[in-house]
Amino acid sequence: MSGKNNKTPLISVKDLAVHFGLRGGGFGKRPVVRAVEGVNIDIAPGSFFGLVGESGSGKTTLGRALLRAVPITRGELTYDDGEKRYDLATIKKAELKEYRSRAQLIFQDPYAALSPRMTVRDIIAEPLEVMGLTDSREETDERVREIAAKCRLNLEHLRRFPHAFSGGQRQRISIARALVSRPKFVVADESVAALDVSIQADVLNLLKEIQQEMGLTFLFISHDLSVVAHICSQVAVMYLGRLVETAPTRQLFAAPKHPYTKALLSAIPSLDPDDRGKAQKLEGEIPSPTNPPPGCKFQTRCPFAIDICRKEEPKLDTTGNDHNVACHRWQELME
Amino acid sequence: MSSLIDVKNLTLQFDTDEGRITAVDDVSFSLKAGQVMGLVGESGSGKSVTAKALMKLNPSNAVYGEKTSISLHLENERIEIMDLKTTTEMKVVRGGAISMIFQEPMASFAPAISIGDHMTEQLQIHTDMSIKKATEFSIEMLSRVGISDASTRFKQFAFELSGGMRQRAMIAMALSTKPKLLIADEPTTALDVTIQAQVIDLMKDLVDDFGMGIIFITHDLGVIAQTADDVAVMYLGRLVEQGTVRDVIRTPAHPYTKGLIAALPRMDDLDAPLEPIPGDIPSPLERPPGCVFNTRCSVAIAGKCTVEIPQFFNVSKSHKVACHLVQQEAQKT
Repeated sequence: MSGKNNKTPLISVKDLAVHFGLRGGGFGKRPVVRAVEGVNIDIAPGSFFGLVGESGSGKTTLGRALLRAVPITRGELTYDDGEKRYDLATIKKAELKEYRSRAQLIFQDPYAALSPRMTVRDIIAEPLEVMGLTDSREETDERVREIAAKCRLNLEHLRRFPHAFSGGQRQRISIARALVSRPKFVVADESVAALDVSIQADVLNLLKEIQQEMGLTFLFISHDLSVVAHICSQVAVMYLGRLVETAPTRQLFAAPKHPYTKALLSAIPSLDPDDRGKAQKLEGEIPSPTNPPPGCKFQTRCPFAIDICRKEEPKLDTTGNDHNVACHRWQELME
Repeated sequence: MSSLIDVKNLTLQFDTDEGRITAVDDVSFSLKAGQVMGLVGESGSGKSVTAKALMKLNPSNAVYGEKTSISLHLENERIEIMDLKTTTEMKVVRGGAISMIFQEPMASFAPAISIGDHMTEQLQIHTDMSIKKATEFSIEMLSRVGISDASTRFKQFAFELSGGMRQRAMIAMALSTKPKLLIADEPTTALDVTIQAQVIDLMKDLVDDFGMGIIFITHDLGVIAQTADDVAVMYLGRLVEQGTVRDVIRTPAHPYTKGLIAALPRMDDLDAPLEPIPGDIPSPLERPPGCVFNTRCSVAIAGKCTVEIPQFFNVSKSHKVACHLVQQEAQKT
């Protein structure tokens, strides 16, 4: 398995912060949204890294920051695939364009992501043309056909327009477009959330297959823990801009340590009708990132919060075996 | 207990430029008061159209089948919904005896009308409450569904509320006219799991308190397992399997239901491969002859499933399935 510490991580993030200034607030200070705050992660090459959390947790912003699609407020962010190394926090425009061919994004909504006026061939070819990665039309066509076949698209589909396709096929077109520039790192943001279960299973199997075949590294962003459990080797749980727990998938699902992770797992509706009422319920909602609570960000909903949780923000502590948790009381709560 | 709603031979077609297409084909089911029926299927299976048909909410190009009958049994009255013609006649049912909550609560509230105005407007239409009484009652309903600081929320607009809060407000609104039947169309799909769990709990409490019937439409079998008493599985406009939640989820009989369950990422077995059902749901313009599922079915019997429409067959007292293969196997033994 991947994820060994002696390998140079493909993506290395240290104390990363992304803040957005909001308009309004009248005179004086503008309100600031701390969408990502103090995040540290290493993503090993060839891994399928899951990022989970509720809406408003900052997972999409973190994903975009790793693609350098949003400005970075503070911290270090490096990409290193052995051939090329980019310092993404200070990267220049020309270099950023190069980075784009190595790092790509697959969107959530396959209906909104594809232009209705372009043929499938043109949609898939666009990144190659924009980035100038091919020298001739023949070469472009060759690359398009190659990736279309990998994504199990029929070659005669290439001449059609996206409206002729179902949700699952559209998502395969989006995947082909993201992969045509032969990236090393792909961010998949809720890429199966809009699909029916059967199509979802098909797209997940395809992603896994392609990842192994092309040796890709995935950051898989999802709110669906059961999907993440099946496809990712490593998982990070995010809450209000902070990482609260990171661990190898099996470990996280077998022995979650943070009360938030436990609550998330418990909220997944079980397929067993006799499990009714057994779930441990979490009250309230995620607070607004413009006005986060002091101390641990989860304290307003945590059934175990005590004084220290309301005053001091917990650090992400290592508990051994690559398992990290940010909770003042995790040790006590394990007993 | 007698049933609250009886749907018999519901067939619904739409006249379109490309011809008449069948959206719902000979669907029958009943629901008792105080019970939750789950209606499951992929997008395009006809779940929402079926639900809307119960209030004749479908657009004007909808053509109902001749044999269609929908009867709603209220305390001392029986309403034949197919006999209601004008909008005025429909008022008893729409928002009165039957309420509906939708998947996307943002789209269900007008952006420039406050939550409170939405709520009092319908009370004025369906009850004889005064404005003052309607306001008090609406605020009470908002707190009843777990919205804190209800009198402030009452004055706010949909964009000022979070997704979970909006869905609660939607539920409060749907319930304030005290409907006998609540149709919930994917009410938790757009919500986070922790909020979904809260909304499911809320709906269960409400069934107990108000004693109404709920038709719960969803594609999520986990949500069904945790809420429904009975389940109906729909594919391309036809019901293919019906039974109690234990029957259908624990011992699915139809190849389609089995396929839906095999495609789910299961938490109790992380090594289980995800098995997609091959192919896509066909367009309603190209409805396959015979069993509607035959184009994707791996166990279809040649010469039978592609020709003859399977009829419902009881595998147990509370469980029936429309599949030639299941019926053949059962008759062998």
